Amino acid sequence: MNLKNLGRTARRNLVTYSMVIAAYIIIQVLAAMDLLSNSLSGQLIPICAYVIMAVSLNLTVGVLGELSLGHAGFMSVGAFSSAFFSVAVGDALPTPVTLVLAFAIGMIAAGVFGVLIGIPVLRLQGDYLAIVTLAFGEIIKNLLNAFYIGVDSTGFHVSMKDATALKMDETGRIIIKGAQGITGVNRMSTFTIGFVLVVLTLIIVLNLIKSRTGRAIMSIRDNRIAAESVGINVTKYKLIAFTVSAALAGLAGSLYAHSLATVVAKKFDYNTSILILVFVVVGGMGNIRGSVIAAAVLTVLPELLRSFADYRMLVYAIVLILMMLFKQSPQIKNFCRGIGERLRLGSLFHRRKAENSSSGKEG
Amino acid sequence: MEFLSNLVNGISLGSVYAVIALGYTMVYGIARMLNFAHGDIIMVGGYICFISMTSLGLPVLVSILAAVVVCTILGITIERVAYKPLRSAPSLAVLITAIGVSYLLQNLALLIWGSDPKSFTSVVGFEPLRLFDGKLVITSETLVTIIASAIIMVVLTLFVNRTKVGHAMLAVSEDKGAAQLMGINVNATISLTFAIGSALAAVAGVLLCSAQPSLLPTTGAMPGIKAFVAAVFGGIGSIPGAMIGGVLLGVIEIMSKYYISAQISDAIVFAVLIVVLLVRPAGILGKQTREKV
Amino acid sequence: MALLEVSNLGIAFGGLQAVDKFDLTIEKGQLFGLIGPNGAGKTTIFNMLTGVYKPNEGDIILDGQNITGMQPQKISKAGIARTFQNIRLFNDMSVLDNVRVGLHNQVHYSTVAGVLRLPSFYEKENIMRGKAMALLKIFGLDGVAKQKASNLPYGMQRKLEIARALATNPKLLLLDEPAAGMNPNETAELAETVRFVRDKFGIAILLIEHDMSFVMELCEKIVVVDYGRIIAFGTAQEVRNNPKVIAAYLGGE
Repeated sequence: MNLKNLGRTARRNLVTYSMVIAAYIIIQVLAAMDLLSNSLSGQLIPICAYVIMAVSLNLTVGVLGELSLGHAGFMSVGAFSSAFFSVAVGDALPTPVTLVLAFAIGMIAAGVFGVLIGIPVLRLQGDYLAIVTLAFGEIIKNLLNAFYIGVDSTGFHVSMKDATALKMDETGRIIIKGAQGITGVNRMSTFTIGFVLVVLTLIIVLNLIKSRTGRAIMSIRDNRIAAESVGINVTKYKLIAFTVSAALAGLAGSLYAHSLATVVAKKFDYNTSILILVFVVVGGMGNIRGSVIAAAVLTVLPELLRSFADYRMLVYAIVLILMMLFKQSPQIKNFCRGIGERLRLGSLFHRRKAENSSSGKEG
Repeated sequence: MEFLSNLVNGISLGSVYAVIALGYTMVYGIARMLNFAHGDIIMVGGYICFISMTSLGLPVLVSILAAVVVCTILGITIERVAYKPLRSAPSLAVLITAIGVSYLLQNLALLIWGSDPKSFTSVVGFEPLRLFDGKLVITSETLVTIIASAIIMVVLTLFVNRTKVGHAMLAVSEDKGAAQLMGINVNATISLTFAIGSALAAVAGVLLCSAQPSLLPTTGAMPGIKAFVAAVFGGIGSIPGAMIGGVLLGVIEIMSKYYISAQISDAIVFAVLIVVLLVRPAGILGKQTREKV
Repeated sequence: MALLEVSNLGIAFGGLQAVDKFDLTIEKGQLFGLIGPNGAGKTTIFNMLTGVYKPNEGDIILDGQNITGMQPQKISKAGIARTFQNIRLFNDMSVLDNVRVGLHNQVHYSTVAGVLRLPSFYEKENIMRGKAMALLKIFGLDGVAKQKASNLPYGMQRKLEIARALATNPKLLLLDEPAAGMNPNETAELAETVRFVRDKFGIAILLIEHDMSFVMELCEKIVVVDYGRIIAFGTAQEVRNNPKVIAAYLGGE
């Protein structure tokens, strides 16, 4: 294939895919040579999950242009629904079948929540939308913390109070136990599965962006009123972006849940949502490849630099503020340009000097 | 009696929300931004007061004053450094910055004061009020919270409506450009708004920590978000709206904790926000605005 | 039957009657001018015609279909396109993509087809690209198709906005101060373009403009509004000599 015939975007996407595949191969080779530290190999599946989270959140924040502060809520829905399924099924089905079904359920459940939450939320804009997504994230966490479900010979029992309120017979087995969550999850996730899901996510998001639907979504971000004026159904396309974003977060949640022995709602709180947002902002809003790199690097870095771990969130907070100031403030932009020009003049001066001393023919 | 006791507790919690919501609503009205870090200023106020009292052994009133002064300076500094350069930036960028500031404060507090909860000793030192032959007990903290909040609201309302500076604030919230043309110093007015909001947050921090005597770097986050819900509930930008919204939200929270479920009372509070925004996006006392095309 | 029939249109903002008893009939292929002093309610009329504001009273009939108070995106589908006084492009998208968004309802394929890159995606994208490039060519923008819309100079941005509006295949095009900020040469060129667009696409054009010579020279019919009401209507000649119009512009009684 001739690379020059591809569009700019297609070439850029190709680089993104190659980068992910190369990273996977390198890690597999390192693992085969036993060069991966224990802590790093333990991070591989979370990295994949966070990459999917960052890419999917970027669809809402960077492509749709709306701030969602409840992305971890969708991850949690995916984690709980898929883990519930795989625990409930147990050994009844072959593992690969359980896995595929569990992940599909996690994705669909989160997608359904995306639609249910999106319909009311997307009527709002800006600050309101952000705060309501935060509220939904908290509601999901709160409800899951108080949620009990068990199964016995008579079928499923559900309660929002405590385990005894389930009123099960002696064959009863609690699957979701309030704040203690789901225990005994089959740890089926592997790095290879994570990698496949990352590639799948990239295909979905990158193809979506570069299509009729993606352009409609971006037009809403750039100018909602103009988008409406050329016949874009704003609600519909906002909802599509939001739902796809939620479903992919559910997929990430399913992947993550099946790498843990215990799934608890506390893990998917507001702080997780903010962490993902940091990945998106650092990688560049609307820049999918940036999200992949930022999520991977910022997850690995604290593991490598133990002394950094304590200051991690502090540094992230500062990075968040500085990124915004440097990108958005006209005064600071001008200031930087001024410095940049001075530096460039400086280097020009040096170059001329160097040229003069070396040849002296030109000048 | 149970109901009455819950109602009093609800009003007390709601008064704190109202004081915090005032800060939110004033800043939103004037700077058109959601100051996410507002809740964390509450936490800073709590810590400053705690340290003044325990480590420095200062009297209660001096400690509260110290908290107010530190938070005011903090509020102005945050506005100058982080928000002012972004005044013409898209709201998404401002919001992300505010989240960054909120996180910065929480993590600084974590580094300075650690993650162990500090047990805050109540700043109020008199006996609880017993009514109806001791059937209804109102703690001194509850009483002081309600009274202090009421005084703050009255003073603030008078300040905004009766003083020249207050009028300047109203003018800036109405139309920044026009206010500037009328000779109002917009930057100074915005700074002042942040100062007042942060001072109120400091007081709210002391009140909150007296009622729930456990202080953590994350103490302010949840009340901050709930107070924002209260501000939206009452109609963001409206001072009386913040008061009504705050008190109502406090009552709703305590009532749902008691009569429905303690575990999901937060979920109910947030559900209120969503219902309000869907039914009446401008809130109880807010003005409906129209986008200019 | 007329293309657009507006009768008794009115809207009030908080007690202020911004537009009152506004009537307008536009025939197919007509070049129509809407003029009046600043704050007369011209853009408000555009906003009602395109569904940005819901009128309090009156009817808007486009080609036999009552579009009063419909959502903007439905009105776009019904056949009205517009540009904005303060240019509203999709700034972070390419010039080509701006027009492709305009073609959104002209060339269809599903979201799923787009994500899975089904054959219909490639086929329809090709059609879309061809149509978009053809439109850009008319406005001399084909050379900058790959550039970001916000990087275009002002005059080109105005043209791109018209190209994007035309991509929606309208029956009626509303131009809100298309010549604003242009020099006399550019204005003359714009007048040519507007005429060309009308002839090539056979559509009616209603435009708001402050440049009187531009309107007088270009428009076949002109309606003048002041304080939200029609104060004059007719050909350029008739309007020019109307004492009410002169008074409105000179501020006399």
